[in-house]
Amino acid sequence: MSDIILATSGLTREFGGFVAVNDVALRVERGTIHALIGPNGAGKTTCFNLLTKFLPPTRGRIEFKGRDITRLSPAEVARLGLVRSFQISAVFPHLSAIENVRLALQRSRGASFDFWRSETVLSVYDERARSLLDDVGLSDYVDTQAGLLSYGRKRALEIATTLALEPEMMLLDEPTAGMAHEDVDRVVNLIRRIREGRTILMVEHNLSVVEGLCDTITVLTRGRILAEGDYATVSKNPEVISAYLGSADA
Amino acid sequence: MTGFSRVQMIGVALMVALIVLAPSVLYPVFLMKVLCFALFACAFNLLIGYVGLLSFGHAAFFGMGSYVSAWTIKHWGITAEVAILLGGATGAALGLVLGWLAIRRQGLYFAMITLALAQMVYFFCLQAPFTGGEDGIQQVPRGKLFGIVPLESDMTIYWLVAFVFLAGFLLIHRIVHSPFGQVLKAIRENEPRATSLGYRTNDYKLIAFVLSSMLAGIAGGTKALVFGIATLTDVHYSMSGEVVLMTLLGGLGTIFGPVMGALVVTAMENYLAQFGAWVTVTQGVIFMVCVLAFRRGIIGEIGAKLKVTL
Repeated sequence: MSDIILATSGLTREFGGFVAVNDVALRVERGTIHALIGPNGAGKTTCFNLLTKFLPPTRGRIEFKGRDITRLSPAEVARLGLVRSFQISAVFPHLSAIENVRLALQRSRGASFDFWRSETVLSVYDERARSLLDDVGLSDYVDTQAGLLSYGRKRALEIATTLALEPEMMLLDEPTAGMAHEDVDRVVNLIRRIREGRTILMVEHNLSVVEGLCDTITVLTRGRILAEGDYATVSKNPEVISAYLGSADA
Repeated sequence: MTGFSRVQMIGVALMVALIVLAPSVLYPVFLMKVLCFALFACAFNLLIGYVGLLSFGHAAFFGMGSYVSAWTIKHWGITAEVAILLGGATGAALGLVLGWLAIRRQGLYFAMITLALAQMVYFFCLQAPFTGGEDGIQQVPRGKLFGIVPLESDMTIYWLVAFVFLAGFLLIHRIVHSPFGQVLKAIRENEPRATSLGYRTNDYKLIAFVLSSMLAGIAGGTKALVFGIATLTDVHYSMSGEVVLMTLLGGLGTIFGPVMGALVVTAMENYLAQFGAWVTVTQGVIFMVCVLAFRRGIIGEIGAKLKVTL
């Protein structure tokens, strides 16, 4: 059997009487790009929140690298190497691009409780931060306030920040949402480049992105897994076509 | 080297020069009051300006610091610097308990919990025998610095107060510009993101809260020695409101803003005192004008005009 990095069993989350995620058994293979797709309200983002422990599951179990992480805190999960991005681009708007990335690199020195030390000790990370910014095409924006960057560049900065943690697995929540065409291409290329040695699980609405990028696709509707497989298999599944694509020619 | 930009260096130099020169023009006791409140406001600003936490209960730390300094120097006859440090320790210890409870909630709920806890501290102070209730602790001696230098003269204690203020001011600046401070700013900007990078944000918030309440306690203790009195006014919720006003008026999240705010508010209270209740009305109007017209506060607006961080 193949190498599974992230596995859930019976993962369920209820909000009051509403079941947002219902008995989901997800298995993500190491080294692949795995997409989670589904119509609005299918529970994709809730699923992400459960996997990264931003929400506690009502029932079920989550295993990362064979370890039960169901009871861990979000910060602990991040430290194990399972790092997420957010649907709304998550940067630190009043800090410069390099400071954003440095905050992730700073993690490697452990907890930064040293309030008596000058921040100049962080300059050891500058070189690495610059090269990460360079990687995502932001070398001209090193000292720009993150909040002033364009939407696509904010996303790129967010990815650079996430990459700085050297995560084994990245969870990208709609990395191309709301982007112009050229930005979409840039992010797709970026994801292709960074997949080396990593596993990526992403929520994505843009089907052409999913088609070209992802190895495995899981279709979620009303909190349940409807179908799973590569793009060719999933896109031919009649249930998926009726539930998600709406009509056969989509 | 110091983490100050060039403009900020000029600002610090100017501030130090004013502190040195002002007592030859203005009444030293008034200046000491300004400096104590300035330190208090800077401590408060550390939380709201750099962590994004609005504490509505900072009077508890200021007031308890003031009571403990006053009581210990009066009844134990300890030296002045120990009394002030005990005030700071009191603030820190109280901050640890109140902060530990309050940081579990966010935003407005955090503010309301700090307010409620501070009210409990107020009623404790009203009832506890050692505070003297309505009378407060009166005739507090100023004691001797290191047991050697008598502080009875206003000018001698002025230098002590100036030193305490500057030390606190520089400590806050260091905290803000430390690796720890970077994480604080990340929490202020986007707490979920900071968590997703692996930071246990509550730990950072609690440490910042304790540092802030410690400095508030030091400010309170210093004020008690200067005026020789510790009263309920210092633990009252209106004191918490006043420090919010000072910080907003001066400029939230700026390093000089709280100092400027403390100066303006204290000056108003002092020089408009003859108009009685009109002081509060004036403060209210100024507060509204500030919120409506210049939200960044005095220093914040100047900084924005000059395009520099002050």
